[in-house]
Amino acid sequence: MAGEIHARLSGVTRVYPAVAGNPPVHALGPIDLELRRGEFFSIVGPSGCGKSTCMDVLAGLSPPSEGEVAFEGKPVKGNVPDGVGAVFQEDASFPWLTVSDNVAFGLRRQGVDGAEIAKRVAYALGFMGLRDFAQAYPAQLSGGMRQRVCIARTLVLQPRLILLDEPFGALDAQTRLLMGDELLRLWRETGATVLLITHALDEATMLSDRIGAMSARPGRFLETIETGWPRDRDSSMLEGETFGHITGRLWQMLRAESKAAMGYGSEPGQADREAG
Amino acid sequence: MTRNTTYALDIALVIAGILVIWQLLHMGAGDVAISSPAATALRAGELLASPGFWPHAAETGLALLYALIIAVLIGLGVGTLLGAHRLSGAVAEPILVALYSLPKITLYPVILLVFGLGLEAKVAFGAIHGVIPVTIFTMNAVKNINPVFLRTSRVLGMGPMQTATHILVPATLPEIVSGLRVGFSLTLLGVIIGELFASHRGMGFLVMRAIGTHDVVTMMAVTLILAVAAVLIASTLLYIDNRLHRRV
Amino acid sequence: MTRLAWIRLAIVFAAFAVLEWLVQSGRISTHTMIPPTAMVTELWALLASGELTGDLVQTLSNVAIACLLSVTVGFATGAGVHAVPRLRRALDPFLTTYYAVPFFVFYPLLVFIFGMNNLPMIAIGFMFAVVAMIINTLNGLDKIPRVYAKVARMHQMGRLATALRVQIPAAMPNLFTGLKLSVAYSFIGVIAAEFILAPGGLGYAISFAYDNFDNETMYALMLFILVLVTAINMTLHSIEQRLLRRQGL
Repeated sequence: MAGEIHARLSGVTRVYPAVAGNPPVHALGPIDLELRRGEFFSIVGPSGCGKSTCMDVLAGLSPPSEGEVAFEGKPVKGNVPDGVGAVFQEDASFPWLTVSDNVAFGLRRQGVDGAEIAKRVAYALGFMGLRDFAQAYPAQLSGGMRQRVCIARTLVLQPRLILLDEPFGALDAQTRLLMGDELLRLWRETGATVLLITHALDEATMLSDRIGAMSARPGRFLETIETGWPRDRDSSMLEGETFGHITGRLWQMLRAESKAAMGYGSEPGQADREAG
Repeated sequence: MTRNTTYALDIALVIAGILVIWQLLHMGAGDVAISSPAATALRAGELLASPGFWPHAAETGLALLYALIIAVLIGLGVGTLLGAHRLSGAVAEPILVALYSLPKITLYPVILLVFGLGLEAKVAFGAIHGVIPVTIFTMNAVKNINPVFLRTSRVLGMGPMQTATHILVPATLPEIVSGLRVGFSLTLLGVIIGELFASHRGMGFLVMRAIGTHDVVTMMAVTLILAVAAVLIASTLLYIDNRLHRRV
Repeated sequence: MTRLAWIRLAIVFAAFAVLEWLVQSGRISTHTMIPPTAMVTELWALLASGELTGDLVQTLSNVAIACLLSVTVGFATGAGVHAVPRLRRALDPFLTTYYAVPFFVFYPLLVFIFGMNNLPMIAIGFMFAVVAMIINTLNGLDKIPRVYAKVARMHQMGRLATALRVQIPAAMPNLFTGLKLSVAYSFIGVIAAEFILAPGGLGYAISFAYDNFDNETMYALMLFILVLVTAINMTLHSIEQRLLRRQGL
């Protein structure tokens, strides 16, 4: 099973067309990416480098301007294929539904029968530690809990590829580590392929089998790093030496890119001062 | 084409669209019911040039001005008090909202009984309409002042007068202008309703008199003058409002 | 009931008590005002005699039609305009200044066109209410987080399913505000129209009583309208608040 290609981007670019006086924006690529079945892959890069665009293209949410996208050997042409789930950075829990109705949302759209829905929702709620909040509304929960609702809503659909677009971006640093542990557990138990988009280097290092570092806009892969972590791992590796090495290498690669991204539209001289 | 010229063009298109619909309605209903835009504009021009029109316009304008001054003064005062005193504000808000959505016209006879027919009744009725939004907006503006501003003024050792002029007024101004904008619209509505019912002067009276003599074009011309004047004043207020809100 | 609600009730009660005292003690002439207790007795008599039923039915049905029309037309227009950003940007200043135009000046014209029947009243109620619904529909659709569209597409939902299951529920707090305002504005529009010029209805009954110096009937009717409309508005207001609170707004 290892090494089998699960999803593939080849020669993909994304250019947003010109709007009202503004020139077209070349957001991404050209990039090539091969996700192996069952691996945990992270993309890190400076703000605005096209990480999220990359995920949108893979999910079929937006079509590539050039290049090919394939999932499980079938081309993805601007349509979301079966078996792909996504969690976004923004709070996407629906405030008008209870936690359990939120989690059941996708199953109801698919017309799954009631008993099956109840069973799968109960499992997902238990897995994400939401059992006591089944009848609560999202407004009564913290940001971290709401993001868990979104993860559970994706999880019940038993996706084979899970796309995560900075899902913990809005959470505090310690909550992120705990959520990371839960994510690893989820990844292990479901056997799904996971693609995580993040700007947090430590998060990428701790969670991933492989990490793709992306350049400033238009985003391209600078290098892909293999972490060599065992499948059974958690946030306790933060103590280890390897963790620091990998994170350090990532930062070395991304430092100049991040500065380029910051200088873009911010005060001039910022990059010089930091370099000096 | 730049964004602004496109926008100006779009606005012109909307106005042209309104005129076309108007013209079509005119063609469908005929001169007896709806006069054409051109004839209405012409009649409006005649009215504006005739000396007989201006005393009525002045009457409406004066009633509006007095009513607005009363509404703003009371609204600012009561709104500030309610905003500063949390319990009073919490008690008063639903009452104000309930008063806001009442058909206040039913109370007009009371106003007439108290003030008699004439300017005072219209002023009072206009003020009753305008005072509620000004109060609500002022109350919310005062209630929602960022407490950091007040702490800053204490840290800087500012006295109450300085705090008022340099912190409270600038911080609440955008919301108060919004209140003034809504207050203006409702005050005008109140004054006009007052003039439509048992009145002998003013623009509203002109409309009622024209309908009595089946003079459609005059009725529509007066209506047009009123609508254009109201939209111009409201747009000016909206412009100031948007400027102030963009600043914060 | 909460403490605040009790205080509010006490204030309203006190206001009526003061009014009662002012009139009873002769400080306000009975030619101007009648005591609230007399209003209640008179209203009771009116209601019991069935004299009011015709006017009440007429007013309520006109309000209901105006409201139904403005909510459906307002929602459809709002949704349509929202789909065309350029049109929306051009219409915005007109929508915000709409209520500055004193719409009742059109009422005589409407009577002239439609004749002395229910149509002009429904039309004025509609004109008064529809823009509130349009504005609130636009506000509601504006506030839908962009990410919901992505979620809908991840669930492979079509346009209709997305509208029914995601967009409308997400905009519901604002849509309900639009509905609430439409009801209030329809009442204001219809009753004001009846008051100025109409063949019947509660507003007409008040204006008729005023013209005939029948203060008892006039004040009883005023009390009735104020209580009726306040009760309806408050009910909608409390539903709205519950809706907002549940969603943490």
